[in-house]
Amino acid sequence: MTASAYVLEYHLVNYRRTWRSSALSTLVLPLLTMVGFGLGVGGYVTGGVDGVSYLDWMVPGLIASTAVQAAIGESTWPVLSYFEWLKVYFAQAAAPLRVADILGGHLAFMMFRVLLSVAAFLLVAALFGTLRSPWAVAVLPIAVLTGLAVAAPVTAYSASVSSDSYLAILIRFAVLPMSLFSGVFFPVESLPGPLRAVAYFLPLWHGVDLSRAATLGVAPGLDGLWQLLYLFAWCAAGWFLALRRFRRRLVV
Amino acid sequence: MLTLVLPRLLSFEGMGRRSASVAERNVAALGSAYWLVMLGGFLEPVLYLFSIGVGVGKLIGDITLPGGEVVDYATFVAPAMLAASAMSGALSETTFNFFGKMKFMRLYDGMLATPVRPIEIALGELGWAMIRGNIYSAAFLVIMVAMDLTTPARALAAFPATVLVGFAFGAAGMATATLIRSWQDFDLIGSAQFALFLFSGTFVPATAYPEVVRWLVEVTPLYRSVDLVRGITTGTVGWIQVVDVLYLLVLTALGLTVAGRRMGRLLCK
Amino acid sequence: MTSSTQSGTPLIHARGLVKRFESFTAVDGIDVDVRAGEAFGFLGPNGAGKSSTMRMIGCVSPPTEGVLRILGLDPRRDGPAIRARLGVCPQLDNLDVELTVRENLTTYARFFGIPRKVARARADELLDFVQLTERAGSRVEPLSGGMKRRLTIARALVNEPDIVLLDEPTTGLDPQARHLVWERLFRLKQQGVTLVLTTHYMDEAEQLCDRLVVMDGGRIVAEGSPRSLIEQYSTREVVELRFPTEDQGAYAAKLSELADRVEVLPDRILLYVADGDAVLAEVHRRLLNPASALVRRSSLEDVFLHLTGRTLVD
Repeated sequence: MTASAYVLEYHLVNYRRTWRSSALSTLVLPLLTMVGFGLGVGGYVTGGVDGVSYLDWMVPGLIASTAVQAAIGESTWPVLSYFEWLKVYFAQAAAPLRVADILGGHLAFMMFRVLLSVAAFLLVAALFGTLRSPWAVAVLPIAVLTGLAVAAPVTAYSASVSSDSYLAILIRFAVLPMSLFSGVFFPVESLPGPLRAVAYFLPLWHGVDLSRAATLGVAPGLDGLWQLLYLFAWCAAGWFLALRRFRRRLVV
Repeated sequence: MLTLVLPRLLSFEGMGRRSASVAERNVAALGSAYWLVMLGGFLEPVLYLFSIGVGVGKLIGDITLPGGEVVDYATFVAPAMLAASAMSGALSETTFNFFGKMKFMRLYDGMLATPVRPIEIALGELGWAMIRGNIYSAAFLVIMVAMDLTTPARALAAFPATVLVGFAFGAAGMATATLIRSWQDFDLIGSAQFALFLFSGTFVPATAYPEVVRWLVEVTPLYRSVDLVRGITTGTVGWIQVVDVLYLLVLTALGLTVAGRRMGRLLCK
Repeated sequence: MTSSTQSGTPLIHARGLVKRFESFTAVDGIDVDVRAGEAFGFLGPNGAGKSSTMRMIGCVSPPTEGVLRILGLDPRRDGPAIRARLGVCPQLDNLDVELTVRENLTTYARFFGIPRKVARARADELLDFVQLTERAGSRVEPLSGGMKRRLTIARALVNEPDIVLLDEPTTGLDPQARHLVWERLFRLKQQGVTLVLTTHYMDEAEQLCDRLVVMDGGRIVAEGSPRSLIEQYSTREVVELRFPTEDQGAYAAKLSELADRVEVLPDRILLYVADGDAVLAEVHRRLLNPASALVRRSSLEDVFLHLTGRTLVD
């Protein structure tokens, strides 16, 4: 456990050097979306959604989506390059660290990044007055859980491919559709049956739904518990897949 | 136009052939994975069309164009997605891919040892980006016709407009590429591109914005592109579309001039 | 250069050639003539200005000052026309990793406007020449360093160039790979191709070059054939002595009269002499018993270190 803290420390030190450039894309882009879309398009959604204004309805979805974007950003190119180009993992494996420490430390850093961007977004959302309940702070742990549910399996994927073309494929064929059809911009109920099933299968919708319940102050009930467990299942499955991939590449 | 771009260079002989050989290299480099990436590039605007145009469209209903015509939301958004994808396709090939080939793969060092000149590399890459982008645009127009978001005749007329949009952004992208210092700059380009994507009258008419913002929006290149393509696909072309065309022609010429001037200095130190 | 009149106009002609990057002067006024059919070498430590000179000759880097004529043409004006007749093998392989071995040659040929059919035929010939026929369909990435180098050399020959520029052609290769490259370059030379190369391997320069210049700090400090340089700047043989003491220098005084020049290093003493065996016998007769002694022929390395110093340059 302490060993993975050393790995986390490595990533944090690195981040001190690069945070400036990533701050722009992780914070400014969701903010632009909130203003351009929530306010702009929201102005034309005269009826609101489920009895709340479009902006208030969309913001929690956007926060969950931001968590997933941050998780994806950290679990794709960095993981590939730490194996293929920069060989950081191999350097770490030469130190007295277990494979689980190397993976755990990096995932912990990814969650740190998720938490950072979500916290910043939450603050701005509060200033815009779109949070309707103090339960909104629950969005933070929900975002980390959703982020890990995506980051862990994607880390396994990035550790399995040899070229960044495959990462571009993942982004375009999995991440983008998931972001567009997981109830962030419009309710999944209006999707045709089979597509709705896909949305329910993927982690993002559950994160969106839980976050929305939190910021609107609606009790999620027993369904909410199942959704939490379902996200945990994604995390666990992703962790074991990633661990297996890391072992195969680092322990030869 | 070329005489405008390259007043100093003496010979144009073989220029077209050498530029074509640069594009030819890109065709040879198409791997199996690359075709999937290209398919993804085509899919992107289609996904936005279904998510925003259809999904959010259900919440919005109809929308009134500046001329007073009322169209459903998907019809309003589709041409904007088309213009935006012509922009992003042209930009990614001329900025991100160009920079990667130059700095990371050192591809151009090899080419420059041959009779190929820097400006010919630039034109070859731009030509390639245009071929790729125009395939996307044509496919998207077919989908628009199939979804009854425009008529076949209007789709046919919109195609050259998307070609022009691609050239304008491709040329601007090439000029930008000569100014890039490191990968970090792509965050800036990406953010600027995303801001254009959100605010260029793509999802709501520019009239929805306060007066000052509206003026700002209306001078951006993507706004002019959306205005041009939307005018054609919804059959509401007027004099303002002539302004759009002129604007995009000027942008193309400007981009090529700057790129032509700086490309040589960038590659031949 | 007494012999420049022998074969008419030189293929490469430079006078007072200067390359400056902002405040840094990489090449500081050099004069060079390379004649048709000869193998010409630029020697020098890192940062001596060799690569900058090569890039100017390759017409991808405009000279800051001076006269430069390649094949009788001016690089500033006729860059494409000159490059059409040059083959360039850069210091770092810049092969196209997105293409196969064979495609690297065929697409490169297209940059010269060579018809596709001719390009394919020539690619096969060249793959045979550099012994890569079996890897024709392979990607570039998995090739060994030596194979990549040979492919880069093959690529430089795709336009049947009059002059081939090779920037450190064998740096980083293992001994087998180096010898294979040397052998192929020697065959090119026999076919009448003019070779211009940079290197800091002395054996490479002695193997390949008819004539060479030694560069240091952007200037030419010596010039001639490998043999004449050794004669001019060194002796015929060198005796290396190692004494069983911390202080090698204490022996130097006793030895100075035996040699043309004595060099004291931290771990041994070098005696530059005409007849090594005779001098070594004399050392033993004087009962100066070295722990080890070696008599060898003087090499270009001795010339090089004498001219550019032993201090490490990076």
